Amino acid sequence: MSAPNLKIENLHVSIEGKEIIKGLNLEINGGEIHAVMGPNGTGKSTLASALMGHPKYEITEGTVTFDGEDLLEMEVDDRAKAGLFLAMQYPSEISGVTNADFLRSSINARREEGKEISLMKFIRKMDSKMELLDMDESFSQRYLNEGFSGGEKKRNEILQLLMIEPKIAILDEIDSGLDIDALKVVSKGINEIRSPEFGGLIITHYQRLLNYITPDKVHVMMQGRIVKSGGPELAQRLEAEGYDWIKEELGIEDETVEQA
Amino acid sequence: MSVETNETKIDFDQTYISEFSKKRQEPEWLTKLRLRGLELAESLPMPKPEKTKIDNWNFTNFKHDVQADAFSKVEDLPEHILNLVGKEDRTDNFIVQRNSTTAFTQLSKELQDKGVIFTDIATAVQEHSDLVETYFMNKMVSPDEHRLTALHAALFNGGVFVYVPKNVEIEVPLQSVFWQEDQEAALFNHVIVVAESNSSVTYVENYLSHGTEKQSVANIVAEVYAGPNARVQFGAVDNLANGVTTYVNRRGHAERDAKIEWALGQMNDGNTISENTTNLVGDGSVGDTKTVSVGRGDQKQNFVIRVNQWGKESDAQLMAHAVMKDSASSIFNGIAKIEHGATKANSEQTERVLMLSEKARGDANPILLIDEDDVTAGHAASVGRIDPVQMFYLMSRGISRKEAERLVIHGFLAPVVNQLPIEGVKKMLTDVIERKVTQ
Repeated sequence: MSAPNLKIENLHVSIEGKEIIKGLNLEINGGEIHAVMGPNGTGKSTLASALMGHPKYEITEGTVTFDGEDLLEMEVDDRAKAGLFLAMQYPSEISGVTNADFLRSSINARREEGKEISLMKFIRKMDSKMELLDMDESFSQRYLNEGFSGGEKKRNEILQLLMIEPKIAILDEIDSGLDIDALKVVSKGINEIRSPEFGGLIITHYQRLLNYITPDKVHVMMQGRIVKSGGPELAQRLEAEGYDWIKEELGIEDETVEQA
Repeated sequence: MSVETNETKIDFDQTYISEFSKKRQEPEWLTKLRLRGLELAESLPMPKPEKTKIDNWNFTNFKHDVQADAFSKVEDLPEHILNLVGKEDRTDNFIVQRNSTTAFTQLSKELQDKGVIFTDIATAVQEHSDLVETYFMNKMVSPDEHRLTALHAALFNGGVFVYVPKNVEIEVPLQSVFWQEDQEAALFNHVIVVAESNSSVTYVENYLSHGTEKQSVANIVAEVYAGPNARVQFGAVDNLANGVTTYVNRRGHAERDAKIEWALGQMNDGNTISENTTNLVGDGSVGDTKTVSVGRGDQKQNFVIRVNQWGKESDAQLMAHAVMKDSASSIFNGIAKIEHGATKANSEQTERVLMLSEKARGDANPILLIDEDDVTAGHAASVGRIDPVQMFYLMSRGISRKEAERLVIHGFLAPVVNQLPIEGVKKMLTDVIERKVTQ
């Protein structure tokens, strides 16, 4: 299996006519974990949702390729089947559909008819991943995210990540609202999947997640584009000093995506 | 004498009704009730379901007295009936009626010894005449409500009677299958479930017919009586073909601390008027109603789900979920009525309609009628399309649009499927939903 590649060039994204991402470039390869950091309102979550194909976002310019294929031409489910995954900040609740049924459908969607995962194999895998994430067995038969606490939803996103085993995963503020124990569990799950065949894009406000998952590259997003990139030391400096020094360095007054 | 419903006339007169009753060796009270029903049918108006015009519906074109053969052993039942009652994991207690004629009946010795009665209604009126008389269109549904209840009294031709003596708790479900093999055969079906004090019973019924060429009528009344501290779980899957015009009225009466739970899969393909009423008469009584339906083609349906509360600290839970496609049209009225004096009563209702087509129509109307101050009540209603964000979430895991829609719809209708205690019936409802939604 060759190392995956996600390449974003000059990406522009609008929502309801308002441009949020304004010319963003980023390349992620297998074996790499990238962190995109930045204050609120700079377009980080828009980037995550737009890459997965959220219906609210419109790509107005630029290209995104996934293993050389045009990602933007693909339907949402085809992006997933190509190997892209998005752990969402606010996962939907789906009543009446159990976690287990949903995950089996997800896994089987990638397999040909007649080659579906056997029930026993599926259960074994699910049990072991749930154990790793410190999730109670009852979660497999609960309805998808229905009545889950914020922390439970995040864990459930990571469970899906581990079950589906994508090539490239985008984790959108997977650390928000987590206490330190939950953060450790979630990090353990993400570290579990790290390999030369896996690339990750971690979107976060805070450096603390990066104490547990060491990124290879750190990018700072402001005004809808990446304004600074560096190694893990960049994240540490942001944690210590905040974002003001970057704004000063670049002569930015308002880091948010300004009103059109 | 003839009975006029709208333009057409039904030719049933006193002689026909008397003969019909005599042929069935019915007790005198029932013959009288039939004749009274016939008389009332002449003078009473049709029901007037809100926002649904029924003027042109077929209530008159049907065959009334259709015979059918019984089956001597269970293996002879046709495949689709066997699937419902289960092949290996069969329920011990079930009745199959074919064109309203009892075709097979089975009740375990154990339940018979406990005094449980589970028999077709024609037998019940002969063997337990006084008992049936107490409940038959007497306490709950009355012939004089409107023309259709009157006609029901006059023409009823099938049904079952369930009686659970006090302190008897039945662990296994009792099951009825009402199979209209003849497309033109009318079903005037009457079901009575009586649970005496401190008893419990689960009853599940299926209505099914096939074929689309011919027209007929179903006029169904179910009366459920739950005595003090009794518990009745009532499950149903209605699956009558699109040529059948249905009037179905299921009504329950709960005494002190009694509980009645309805799980109704209302999957008819024809025009349907459905009334489901629970009367929480006793203090501390509980009513829990869950209904799901799918409207398709150009069928028109009107559902009234009503809970009347007299009991102090009584509790009503009411949930209706529906999926509407093609140019089908359905009205859902959820009525919570709390009477003066029903202090500390609680009532919650939710109606949700999922629209799959621009041309379909779905109206959800929660109605609260409260004559007591010291109560709690809540309601929620929504009519909308499948949430695009939910679709995005499911598809982001690789699930196709079609499969994602399927999951959302089955999930949306799951509350009733999950409540049905018989695997064969659960599977049937799931299959019917699948067929109705995808075809």
